[in-house]
Parts: sequence; C-alpha cells; structure tokens
Amino acid sequence: MAMEITQFLLSAQSPDANVRTEAETNLTRFQEQNLPSFLLSLSVELAHNEKPIESRRLAGIVLKNSLDAKDAARKEHLVQQWMAIDISIKSQIKDLLLRTLGSVATEARHTSAQVIAKIASIEIPKKQWPELIGCLLNNMTQQDKPAGLKQATLETLGYVCEEISHEDLVQDEVNAVLTAVVQGMNLAEHSSEVRLAAARALYNALDFAQTNFENEMERNYIMKMVCETAISKEVEIRQAAFECLVSIASTYYEKLEPYMQALFELTSNAVKGDEEAVSLQAIEFWSSICDEEIELQEYESTESGDSEPPHSRFIEKALSSLVPMLLETLLKQEEDQDQDDSIWNLSMAGGTCLGLVSRTVGDAIVPLVMPFVEANILKPEWRCREAATYAFGSILEGPSIDKLSPLVHAGLDFLLKAMKDENNHVRDTTAWTLSRIFELLHSPAGGISVISSENIQQILGVLLESINDTPNVAEKICGAIYYLCQGYFEAGQASSVLTPFLTDIITQLIRTADRTDGGDSKLRSSAYETLNEVVRCSYIVDTSPIIEQLLPVIMNKLGQTLELQIVSSDDREKQGDLQASLCGVIQVIIQKLSSTDETRPIILRASDQIMALFLRVFACRSSTVHEEAMLAIGSLAYACGPKFENYMGEFYRYLEMGLQNFEEYQVCSITVGVVGDISRALDDKVLQFCDGIMKHLLNDLGSNELHRSVKPHIFSCFGDIALAIGEHFERYVLYVVQAMQQAAAVCAQLDANDEELMEYGNQLRRSIFEAYSGILQGFKDSKPEVMLPYASHLLQFIEVVFLDRQRDESVTKAAVAVMGDLADALGPNTKLLFRDRAFYIEFLGECLQSDDESIKETATWTQGMIGRVMVS
Amino acid sequence: MAPHDLRRPFKRPAISDQQRRRELSLQRQAQNRLDAQHHARRLASTLLFLQPPQSDPEADPEPDPEIAPEAEPEQVTSPSELDVREASKLKGAQARKWFARQLMLPEWMIDVPDQLAQDWYVFARPSGKRCFVVSTNGTTVSRLRNGSMLHRFPSALPNGARTRDASGSAQSYTILDCIFHEADQTYYVIDMVCWRGYSLHDCAAEFRFFWLNSKLVETGAFDPPSQYHRYRFSLVPVYNCDQSGLSAAYTEPVPYVKDGLLFYNKHAHYQTGNTPLALVWKDENCSQYVIDTDSKGQVPSQQQVVLELQDNGNLTTSDEPHVVFGCLDGDFMQKSGLCCGNLLRFAISNGGLSFLDGKLEKADLHYLGKSNRARAFADSYSKVMFQYMARHSPLKVDDLLASINSSIEQENKPSDDQEMVG
Repeated sequence: MAMEITQFLLSAQSPDANVRTEAETNLTRFQEQNLPSFLLSLSVELAHNEKPIESRRLAGIVLKNSLDAKDAARKEHLVQQWMAIDISIKSQIKDLLLRTLGSVATEARHTSAQVIAKIASIEIPKKQWPELIGCLLNNMTQQDKPAGLKQATLETLGYVCEEISHEDLVQDEVNAVLTAVVQGMNLAEHSSEVRLAAARALYNALDFAQTNFENEMERNYIMKMVCETAISKEVEIRQAAFECLVSIASTYYEKLEPYMQALFELTSNAVKGDEEAVSLQAIEFWSSICDEEIELQEYESTESGDSEPPHSRFIEKALSSLVPMLLETLLKQEEDQDQDDSIWNLSMAGGTCLGLVSRTVGDAIVPLVMPFVEANILKPEWRCREAATYAFGSILEGPSIDKLSPLVHAGLDFLLKAMKDENNHVRDTTAWTLSRIFELLHSPAGGISVISSENIQQILGVLLESINDTPNVAEKICGAIYYLCQGYFEAGQASSVLTPFLTDIITQLIRTADRTDGGDSKLRSSAYETLNEVVRCSYIVDTSPIIEQLLPVIMNKLGQTLELQIVSSDDREKQGDLQASLCGVIQVIIQKLSSTDETRPIILRASDQIMALFLRVFACRSSTVHEEAMLAIGSLAYACGPKFENYMGEFYRYLEMGLQNFEEYQVCSITVGVVGDISRALDDKVLQFCDGIMKHLLNDLGSNELHRSVKPHIFSCFGDIALAIGEHFERYVLYVVQAMQQAAAVCAQLDANDEELMEYGNQLRRSIFEAYSGILQGFKDSKPEVMLPYASHLLQFIEVVFLDRQRDESVTKAAVAVMGDLADALGPNTKLLFRDRAFYIEFLGECLQSDDESIKETATWTQGMIGRVMVS
Repeated sequence: MAPHDLRRPFKRPAISDQQRRRELSLQRQAQNRLDAQHHARRLASTLLFLQPPQSDPEADPEPDPEIAPEAEPEQVTSPSELDVREASKLKGAQARKWFARQLMLPEWMIDVPDQLAQDWYVFARPSGKRCFVVSTNGTTVSRLRNGSMLHRFPSALPNGARTRDASGSAQSYTILDCIFHEADQTYYVIDMVCWRGYSLHDCAAEFRFFWLNSKLVETGAFDPPSQYHRYRFSLVPVYNCDQSGLSAAYTEPVPYVKDGLLFYNKHAHYQTGNTPLALVWKDENCSQYVIDTDSKGQVPSQQQVVLELQDNGNLTTSDEPHVVFGCLDGDFMQKSGLCCGNLLRFAISNGGLSFLDGKLEKADLHYLGKSNRARAFADSYSKVMFQYMARHSPLKVDDLLASINSSIEQENKPSDDQEMVG
C-alpha cells in the first residue's frame, strides 16, 4: 500500500514557489487521508538505494517530524497517532528502517538511525519493540558485516540510549549494549569511522553504565578503553573520548580516585599540546571536577547527615600542578576575543576553570597565583598584563575576605589607573575585575567594603570616564557601577554616600544607553539595567527629587519609541527591546517612589500619563514589552490604590490578553500577579471585572498547554480576589474549590525523588492554603457558612501536608495560618472537626517550637482561634 | 547526537535585571498579600491609626479620664457599627470616639465573683493615664481612651522606630494596653491586644499575659530610654487571685503609685467596652482616689452621678440594657431646655438609693446641671454603686479574702478548665 512519492518530495524542494506549494499540499493531503500508508511510503523512499538522495533526505525528515515535536502537547498527539497504526504496517516501517542502516548512502543511514531512536522512545518503554536491541547487537557481533552498517548501528545505539531510560531495558540488555559500544572503540578491530561512532555512542550510554561502574573489573575495562581512545591518532576520536571523560567526571566522580593520576597526565598533555578542540575538553574535565566538589562542599556545609557522598579533594591534591597549567593558558588570548561572543578558546576556558578552582580550594590558591600576577602585570606585552589581571580577577571568589582584603586594597589604585592602559583587552579585563571586586568585597551592611568615603569620588570618577570607552569596556563598567550600587541595597542611610554622584551617574548611564556604536543592543540594555539598580539602591530621603526628574525623561524616551519607523521584523524586535528596557526603568521608579508616604504623591500625579503611555505600548503588540509593561502596571496599581479603577476600562482587554497568553507563560504569570495587585488596589470595585477574570483564570488552570509554574500564582490570586470582593465570591466557590481539591490530589502524587517537582509541590500547597485563607476571610463577616461543606476536606489536606516530612517552612506557615482562618471564620461549626482531627495539636506544638519567629506567632494566633472554638 | 557545548559564561557580570525585577515584584506582591490577610485576621481595629494624627480642640482629656469607666456605644449614628475599613476613613472627633471603644473597660467590683481564686488574676493598677500604645511603620503612638494622642515617639516595640528590623512587615501593628505613669515616665503594660499583626482579641487573658511576658522582653522595650526608645516600658506583677496573690497585690511595694486593684478573668477574651470579666476595686490603702472628686479636686459632700436623658424622660446609666435611676417630667425638660441624649449631672441627696430584691428601686436625685461637654458617656451602674458603697458600706479587702477562703473550703471537685496555653 506504499505509494510512489518521489516526485512530490523532490517538487517540495523546488526553487519554484508554485511547484513547491502544490507538492506540499499534495503531501499534506496524503498524510491526512492515510497516515499509515504515508509513513510507509516515506520509509520505502528512505530505504530505496536507487532513489535520489534529496528525496530520501526529505522523506527521513518528514518521518522524524511525524514522530516527535518540541511542543509537549504536539508530541503526545504524534505518539498517539503512531500507536494507533496497524501493527503490521509498523513492522514493515521498522524493518525498512533497520535495513536502511546498511545502506551505502551515509546520509540515509544517519537519518534512519535518528528515526529508529524516535520509534524506540515510544515503543521500548511499552515493551513493544523487544527485538530492536537484539537486532542491533547482531549487526555488531557478525564479523562480516560492513563497517558502514556497524557505524550506523553504533550511532543508533547512542541515539536510543539518549532517548530512553536504562530502566526500560533489562540488565542483560544494558550489559550487551555497553559491551558492543565499548568493543566498537577497539583500535585493533575497527575502522576509524566505527570507533568514532562508538566513542560518541558511549557518551550517550554512560548513564546506562551505573551497574557496570560499580563493578571494578568492568569499570577498569571501560576506563582503559576510553583512555586509549583519548590518544587515538584521529583528532575527532580523541575529542569524543575526552567528552566521555568530562561526562564521567560528573556522573561517576566518586569512582575516579584510582584513575586520577592517569587522567591528570592525559588532560595535562592535551592542554599543553593537543588541538584546541581536544584541549578545551581536557580543561572542561577539570571544570567539571570543580563543579562536583563545589556542590559537595555546599552540601556538606548545610547537611550534617552521615551518608554524604565522598569528597575526594582531587582539586586540592592536584593544585600545585593544575594552577600553573591553567595560568599558562591565560597567555593564549586571541585578538578581538572580547568583541565576539561566539569565541570560546583555550585562554577563556582556562580562566574560567581557574575561577572554579579558586571557589573549590579557597585561600590555598592565592600564593600560587599572586607570583604570576606580580610577574606579569607590568610587562610590556599586553597578553601578560591581561593574563595577570584576569588571574587576579579569577581568584576573588573562594578565598576568605581576610586573605583577599589586603590584596584588593593594595591593588585597587593600580586597577583604577589600568583603566587607561593602551590595550583594549587589558582595560576590558580590568573593568571586569573591578566589577568582581565590588560584587564580592563590597558589602557596607556587612561591615566589609573596599569603598570608603575617601576613595568613592576617585572610583566613580574613573568609572564615569571609562564608561565612554569602547562598547565592550563600557559594558563591563556598567557591571562595575551596578555592583557598586548594589552594595547599598536596603542599606538605609548608608546609601546616602552615593547621593552627591547620583545625577552624574544617571546622566552618564543615559548617555551610554543612547550610544549608537554598540553594534547590538547589549550595551544599551546593560546601561538601563544598571540605571535600575542605581535607582533601587539610592537613599530615597535625599534623592527623590532626582528620581522624580528622571521619570519624565524616561517616559519621553518611551514615547519616542512609538514614533519609530517599523519596516522589518528586525525593527520591531529592536523597538520591543528598547521598550522593555524603558518600561523596566519606569517600573523601578514607580516601586521606589511608592515605597514611602512622602514620595507616593509623585507617582499619583504622574499616573494618568504613565498609564496612557503603557496603553500605547500595549497597542504595539510585542510580547516582551507586554511583559515589562505588565510588570510595571502591577507596581502602578499598588501605588495608585483605588484610583486605578479609572484605568480599568481601557486596560481590561490587555489584562485578558495577558491571562490568555499560554505560550509566553511568563507574561501570563505576571498578569496573574497584576490581577492580585488590582484586587488589593480596587477592593470591592474589582467585582465588575471578576466574571471575566475568573473565567480566564479557571481556563488557565485547566490548560495542559500552560506552563505549570503559573498555576500556584493563580491559586494565590483566587485568595486575593476573594478577600477583595468578600461574599460576592460565592458564585465562584464551587469551581475554585474543585480546582483546589484536584490540585491537592496532584500534590500527593508528585515524585518525591524529583527535587524540582517537590519544589513545585511546595509552591502549589502554599498557594492552595493562601487561596483558602483569602476565601475564608472574605466570607467571614457575611457568609461563612458557604465554606462549611469544604472544611473537612481542607482539614484533611492540612493533615496530609502535616504528615509530609519534606514540607517546606513556607508551606508550614501557610498551613497553620489557614487552620486559624478556618476556626476564625467558621467558629463553633468547626469544633467537632477539630476534635476529630487531633493532629492539629501536634502540628501547633511543632510550630510553637519552630526557630522561625513568624511561624511561632502564626501558630500562636491559630492556637487562640482554635482555643476559642473548643471552649465555645 | 547534540554537540556538547562546553562554553561557560565568560567575563560577564551575571546581571539579569529582568529576573530581578520579576523577583522583587513577586516579593512585593507576597508581602502585600500577607499584609492584606493579616488585616483581615482582624488586626485591624487599628486601621484607624492610618489617619494622620490631628489636633482638635475637643480632644482635651477630661480632668480625670481614668476614674470613671464610661465608654459605651452611642445610639446616634454609632460609629461602632462601622467595620474597620470604614472606620479607617473617620476623621477627628468621630475617629477618637471610635478609638475610645477599642479599650476593654473594667466594671467596678460591687460584689465578689465566685471562684476568685481559681478563675481570676489580680494586680495593682498603676496610677496614671490609661492608653493604647500602637507601634507600626517605624513609629509609636500612644492614645488616651478618648482617642486623643498622648505621645508620638520611637520605641523598641516591633516596627516602633525607624531602625532596620528584618523581621516581618513594617506595616504590621503591635498594640499594647498601657497606663502611663507620669512620675517615672514609664508605660506600664497591662494587656496586649495585637502583636506584630496578630490580633489577641480572641485569646484568653491567661494566654495574653503569657504572651505579653514572653514576647515583650525580647524587644528591648524594658531597656532604659535611648535615642530610638524614648520611654521605658514595664510590666506589672500579676498574681493568681488566691490568698497570697491578693495580699501581695494589695500590700507588696511596687515602683509605681497604686490606684486600686484590677481583677481579670483568666478565660475572658479582650472584649472592648465595659465588661464584668474585668473588675476594678479600690480602698484608701491602695488608692488616692477612692471617692470621686469634682472638677476642682474636692470631694463633694454628696455623691454625684452623670445620667443620660432618654426621650421618655428616663434617666439612665450607660449600661446595656440601661438601668433607670429616675425620670424627669416633660415640663421640667422644656423649662431647662433639655432633650433626649443629654448627659446630666445629679447629686444623690439624703434619701440615698433604695433597693428591692437586690434591684435599684428608687434614687433620691437632685439636678445640678449639664455635665462637662467633653464627656461622651453616662456613668455605669457599677460605678455609681461602687461610689455609693464607698460612702456607706465599702467592700473591704477582708471581704475579698474571706470570699477566697470560703470558696477554697467548698472547692473539692477537680477543675474542668480547658487548658489551651502550652
């Protein structure tokens, strides 16, 4: 029943648009009318050695796209379609694909390997293709099979391993796959193309090797083969073998001890003498070891359990040889590496690794690096000065403040002068080093800072001059100003040291944002983001007039973006980016000025104009702007309070649009937050909009398309609305409680081993409690009886959460609070409920013992509420 | 196989201000939500405090605002029926009236309650101005019972001064029920109404006192005055009202001038307005002001009472339901220009008060005139009675002790009190 479709496939690639469109239409029609036959025809085409390579290529791509998609919902649909196809047709397709692995055409083999892996990802977990692994292994064990088939088979095995979990196979199969792959790397037996395919397949199969890595003999064998392959004469094979070593470093860190000597020599030779592609992997090996050890150290410091994974201190042991090796790489900079983001070279990888080593070992790195810094910092060759500065900047994180402080104090003057170095790279790295110093060694609230009232003028003088340097340097200077200001975040009056310079800083940042020599918009957005931090961290008592003046300047700029000529989609994107930056600044100004009673009137006076501007920005319809303007509107609603009602008429449709934006879930999420802000601002006046808003929120909850992270925000938002509209929430209660009960059931089923899911579960629990709290409080004074039928379920859910030992503190607090709200709102009606669920006594007891003051206080309040009910 | 990208961030300040903006917005929203929910959890008898303090000539405290418990909701457009949100919009005199009703006011002890030893606390009441102390948003304000402001000052109470206080929202309230003692410029805390946004209205006195004792000490409010803590706060010793407790409260020296004894029922919530679950009692040994003085500070020869004129001419106390002390005829009302709602001052003449079956039957009243304009309420029945007894057959401390003794003898059954405070 396969059809001849070669011509369609070729026409679909025709340069003639009419021909192309007609062919595409025909293919689509065929696909829609008879999917099984269509897929079979495609696999026949792919398998057929006499067909043109162009039609075979497209057949393979269409086939693959019929089985897999990036979008989860679409993918699920495709999987269902495949499973519905008659088993005999599926068998024919699979046979054709397996046969294609032996094709003379490399590309057909490659495509076929990919398609097989996609089918395997559907069928193997369901045990519907049990013969696949045996069939592939058969290709490998028979001596007389052609090298091309073996190469394609190994590639297939690699892809299959990437697609499925090792739990989908029995251990015998896993062993056989690993044996086949590792043997494929054997120099004596196989051609280079087979060995390359084997090394790449091993990279994907490493996750399958857990049992085998436990066994010393098998582990030794695998490691021996990988190390031998790492010195193959073909560079691609060496690179693939090193990629395996990088993966082993993180996956099997605790098994590496016996091999470290050999691995150090292997990587060290590669760094010193191999091709860059290989030496980059060799450095990445050490960076990965650092990642592991840093994580172990963080884990160690927070947990004191006895089953910690071992910390082998590889970095510490190798330190004296590792650091000189990395310092050497720093001298191998490329010209222009600072201007091009796509470059990744030895000196960059080495410098990055040096920074990780510093974080791993702390103080011990300082004496190994400082001599290099001192020896090179004054040399005439710019590479030496840049490398010395970079090395210094790299060790600023890790060592103790005590160790670093004298060095930084002594070096600060030098660095400030080096901002006038003749070489752009040196200035770039110097500016970066300054930003690191301000990030890591400038915390006035903590009593630590390299910045004092004596030197701040000099420092800012240099920064504000150097911000006019080339774009790459100016961007780093923005970072330095950003961190310098961040040190004063929430520092109260301490931040007034910035006040005398504020006008200059703001002027220079705006001028920098206006520069046209940046090439892309990176410098501009850095300048605006730095401006945000400057506003946030300034001391409001003396700077509010300055910030007040900044507002119309930024609003004016935002107004100008609306006049821009938009011809291409590129223009639109640029306009959108600029609007995003400017909306961001306005949001930060709103938030800053609305934070005190004295300055809030400034925002109230300007709110009509601000809102009019935002509405015009919305009308431009670029999604990133939508998001930033939405974020700003939340702050504006908070600042305006009841006055925001004036804007709802025009704003409402954008609110609806935001709530329906499933694809850009951040937009949806922020909009949900804005609904909360508006509910609090408008109070019962929000009622007139609630039917629409609730409809969208409930839709969002029911959607599989919407990213799950939005859903907790929606529940919290229900609480906000209920609190605002009180008894009028009654008409939504049935739907809302149903959704909350469903979500509560979901919480119980989450995989406790998946940390990310657990975090999500905690958010969901907390938000469900917040919603109940808002609803109970909203009904309390008018119709508490509405919630009576749900009280028992709620209390039961609280008990389940109480019994969960992994419960988060914030969940505990929300749970204990809602228990009090229940007693408070429903009063004596809950007496029997509480009596039947004595867990609450234990729960309150636990909370009253908590170290967290706010949990204790909440529990005390709840205790009072329940106590009142119990004696009633 | 996807190419293994090993590029790491290089020389790039890790600024993602957009993420930061989102996070800060979320933080702000979470805080606002918390504040809103806290308010709803009925802290907010205090929302009124949001009003900027205003000076108002009517606000002068009465000559002795302490002696007479007189708060009782008015009948005309009573602000007491407003909910807290509406109340927050009140201004000036209206606001003060509303505020005045937020204090719990003891009745006067005219007979000894049963179970005094089991169910009651006793403590010596400091002489001075009864007030609410509210700390929030970096400042502390004390308000007298008539709502007028006594002090605005920085204190070590939660959010009571503009210092960095990491815990909790700056908007959360703490409200203490205090007596300001002039001589040592100290606020003696006698009750706690709200702590860091948590209302204790609905908690039993037993718990409130426990909480008061354990919480306040942590704040440093008991420290001597300093730049950020202008007045010292202090606790009063509270005793179980058994024989030794009562004796201690009555006789033990305290750093303040005593003005009678206060009795609090352990199970009573903080109920605003007059309550029989808090009682005040005085004699000459523990108070300078047993018998009311007039506006010149002299004890009048005859007891004076303030009563409210009803539309039917009845003269009533502030209690709910009213107790009727007498009646004016319409003629007299017209001649004197009196109308319903007026507060009138009378002397109790030689005929005194007569009782039938424990109920007031008639009072020999002599009209003196309208009462002081600043007064908002008539006298309560218990006050009139206490004053009357003080002049004729006072309730003595020995009577209280005897009552405790006799109840101990009867008391053999186990207590069935609910233990709700750990």
